[in-house]
Amino acid sequence: MTNTTDPAPGTPLLQVEDLRVEFRMRGSTVNAVNGLSYTLAEGETLAILGESGSGKSVSAQAVMGILDTPPAYVTGGAVRFRGTELLGLPEKKRRTYRGAHIAMIFQDALSALNPVHRVGDQIAEMLLVHRGMSRGDARKRAIELMERVRIPSAGSRANDYPHQFSGGMRQRVMIAMALALEPDVLIADEPTTALDVTVQAQIMKLLRDLQDEMAMGLILITHDLGVVADVADRIVVMYAGRVVEQAEVRELYARPAHPYTEGLLASVPRVDVRDRALTPIKGSPPNLAAIPSGCPFHPRCPRAREERCPDEVPALRDVTGTGHGSACHYAEEVLGG
Amino acid sequence: MSEPITTTDTLAVAQTGSEVSGASASLWSDAWRALRRRVVFWLSVAILLFMGLLAVFPSLFTDRGVNDRCDVRFAKHTPSSWNPFGAGGHPFGFDTHGCDYWAQIVHGARAPMIVGFVVTGIALTLSITLGSLSGYFGRWLDALISRITDIFFGLPLVLGALVILTAFPDHGVWTMSLVLGVLWWPTMTRLMRGQVLSVRDADYVQAARMLGAGDLRIMVRHILPNAVAPVFVYAMLNVGVVIGYEATLDYLGVGLQYPTVSWGLQLSQAQDVFTDHPYLLIYPAVLLTATVLSFLLLGDAVRDALDPKLR
Amino acid sequence: MADEILQVENLVKHFPLTQGIVFKRQVGQVKAVDGVSFGLRKGETLGLVGESGCGKSTLAKLLMALERPTSGSVRFEDQDVFALSRAELRRLRRRVQMVLQDPYTSLNPRMTVGDIVGEPFAIHGDPEGGRRRRVRELLEVVGLDPDHVNRYPHQFSGGQRQRIGIARALALRPDVIICDEPVSALDVSVQAQVMNLLADLQKEFGLSYVFIAHDLAVVRHISDRVAVMYLGKIVELGDEEQIYDHPTHPYTQALLSAVPVPDPTRQGTPIVLEGDVPSPTNPPSGCRFRTRCWKARDVCATDEPLLQVRAPGGAGDGEDGGTSGSPHPSACHFADEKIVRG
Repeated sequence: MTNTTDPAPGTPLLQVEDLRVEFRMRGSTVNAVNGLSYTLAEGETLAILGESGSGKSVSAQAVMGILDTPPAYVTGGAVRFRGTELLGLPEKKRRTYRGAHIAMIFQDALSALNPVHRVGDQIAEMLLVHRGMSRGDARKRAIELMERVRIPSAGSRANDYPHQFSGGMRQRVMIAMALALEPDVLIADEPTTALDVTVQAQIMKLLRDLQDEMAMGLILITHDLGVVADVADRIVVMYAGRVVEQAEVRELYARPAHPYTEGLLASVPRVDVRDRALTPIKGSPPNLAAIPSGCPFHPRCPRAREERCPDEVPALRDVTGTGHGSACHYAEEVLGG
Repeated sequence: MSEPITTTDTLAVAQTGSEVSGASASLWSDAWRALRRRVVFWLSVAILLFMGLLAVFPSLFTDRGVNDRCDVRFAKHTPSSWNPFGAGGHPFGFDTHGCDYWAQIVHGARAPMIVGFVVTGIALTLSITLGSLSGYFGRWLDALISRITDIFFGLPLVLGALVILTAFPDHGVWTMSLVLGVLWWPTMTRLMRGQVLSVRDADYVQAARMLGAGDLRIMVRHILPNAVAPVFVYAMLNVGVVIGYEATLDYLGVGLQYPTVSWGLQLSQAQDVFTDHPYLLIYPAVLLTATVLSFLLLGDAVRDALDPKLR
Repeated sequence: MADEILQVENLVKHFPLTQGIVFKRQVGQVKAVDGVSFGLRKGETLGLVGESGCGKSTLAKLLMALERPTSGSVRFEDQDVFALSRAELRRLRRRVQMVLQDPYTSLNPRMTVGDIVGEPFAIHGDPEGGRRRRVRELLEVVGLDPDHVNRYPHQFSGGQRQRIGIARALALRPDVIICDEPVSALDVSVQAQVMNLLADLQKEFGLSYVFIAHDLAVVRHISDRVAVMYLGKIVELGDEEQIYDHPTHPYTQALLSAVPVPDPTRQGTPIVLEGDVPSPTNPPSGCRFRTRCWKARDVCATDEPLLQVRAPGGAGDGEDGGTSGSPHPSACHFADEKIVRG
């Protein structure tokens, strides 16, 4: 077990500050994360919302310390878990945080599980290695965990191989594995994107229940505005590797303070509303090897103005005095409608 | 006329975003740009160009013909200096028959090059045709072609070549190429078939089918351009391998025969006198190795350049 | 109906499951599409929703005559598509086109945009005014820069690529376009662009769409009528308002309640269905949904419910007087708009 000195009261569970990640490819540099900051409080559900290329998944991998270097390099910033800086730690030390304190689940459960081992053994393996449990105890615990994620007849299913499970069940197995060491933070990267609606509802309900039972902090990475609205306490909206807006969930949906968020909300159809006119955001998400100057959203922004947006990078600032952050020069106008 | 076009341009840009990435074009031109920056590529190209010149224009390098002006009195005369540029008129000395060794080595490039390219050409043609037919049409045609491939695959290449070439001792360069070519195609055919299979069910092939495109069009426009790249790369590597095989067969005495000259034959003739006259072995060996290696390195570089995942 | 341009009747597609390489023997069959009937009216958009494995993609291939059905028919303007000769089928291809799901795999990476959009003309003959001009026009119609004809697909973003696919589908001026998940691979901010484009094109050219998708919100937005599929069958069919505001099949109800809505203030707990969709190799007897249905009774295991309009209150069961103010076909013995969880 890691011996962290007791953090000062008020220290967030997880704090990411000015995180920067770049991919060095042959001939070009892709700036995937460009100064990302957020905090996660104990027991909180934070949603990181973004489209492809927003840097949401890369930043999570950087927090976990599982980026492939090369080509990815963390070039700056800090990741603090209960006040302990993780980024500078030697790999051996870092590993003790992975799984035990911060765990992660992925979109594609099938490729995250080893196809040639029984799922029960894969879960037990975690306990053998990290907790030094005996084989029998680890197996018993593995079955308990599978029951905990509501896998029916867990005892016998522990002997099955990953391909024998359906998509939803595989996602449950992965959640069971992530929870094996009772982490304090669970990062869920698009956990339901590959699943059907009815199964997605099951998994989201499971995650919510588990979070309540285990008092974890949950970071939910997604592109789905609907999923976020259902489960998140707070939302961070990412664009081109930066936070463009962050707010408490109801506040964000009721009063978006960044034109990108505003645009997203206006462009998604809703299942509960008839004949809603959609106002798409023009253009496409930016190429991360050539992020536009100034505000990265300005070429697509209906509110962009010549005098500031193309030149001046807007800082994330509290625009309501209540912790509603927006990185737009004209956030007040956006709030005003 | 220019007026409406400008308005629609801005409209298009407004709707879909102007950024269309880079000025890059097709896969091949992307590959070329990646290749241009690699030293290995230029090095192997330079070596191969030199070898190619030897093979095609030997007169550029020597005024003697094949087995020309040989004199047994000079047999095995060592070059006067190890520095070929300081050795006067006979930089590589004389071979076992008293021929100028430099001239013989220059002429010795042609046979392996011809065999290398012709064998690969035959195998490439056969494999692209058979592999495409078998992969695209499937069913009984695939079963038939695959079984024939299996049979040829079961024949050990060296043994097969030994048997056939021994049975017909009077073979020249072209016969030898034909024999090796006929034995060579199974591996490439399998590769091609696999490629076609993986492309056949691609969405864009489906799309073409839905437009009413016929089999020929689908093959030529959609499947072949997307399937042949790895086969071409393999073929490039293959030229080097074939040259190595040709030399091996020469060395074993079943390949080319006097009066043809080739590096493999020169190695074979040098084997008995190697301890006393090492230069007889070293010169052809160096050229042969450089050629084979250059083909392998070139093939590797091209493969890397064509693989977008490595970029 | 006279104004139906496409009629699907009792369409069935079973794929044999075989074992062995040399001696193949059939060990079962996947009942991908198992008795589907519907009509597509001129100028309308018919949405087909369902989860993975419900047979919607196979249905799309059948509609395009890329697969032959096990039984049943697809009629285009009263002609049986599967009875056509090769030449007639080629002619039909001009009238019915398709937009595919994945903009990254549906365009040949070795062809320029001009060649891709112009391919229909290479197959069916050049249009009036010449191929080049028409290709430029088409690119303009879908909102792309006509000067980009010589570029290759990988130089475009996902949304732009999907527009190229749409331009290709439009080239021969078809009457019907089958859209198979045309926006599901796109970014949220780009989806709406493509949906709006499809709607505009429909208005401009009088197109009829079959719009296949798993995203219920997208289907609601674009469709006039909606068919809900489950395990190879249509379980409910009605106009968009009937399906979304007055669903009577329990599966539709569960599906709708499971869709997350981008509105944190919305109340109500979703119906969370237990388990997964059963395998189409061996679907449950009677009603296929019964294994996950909270209303299921003995009759559901024995009698297969037909897709039909039922009297309020449900056929043969007067337990809770139905409230179906909007009668439409539903394949449930206990079809009822009111959601009663048992």
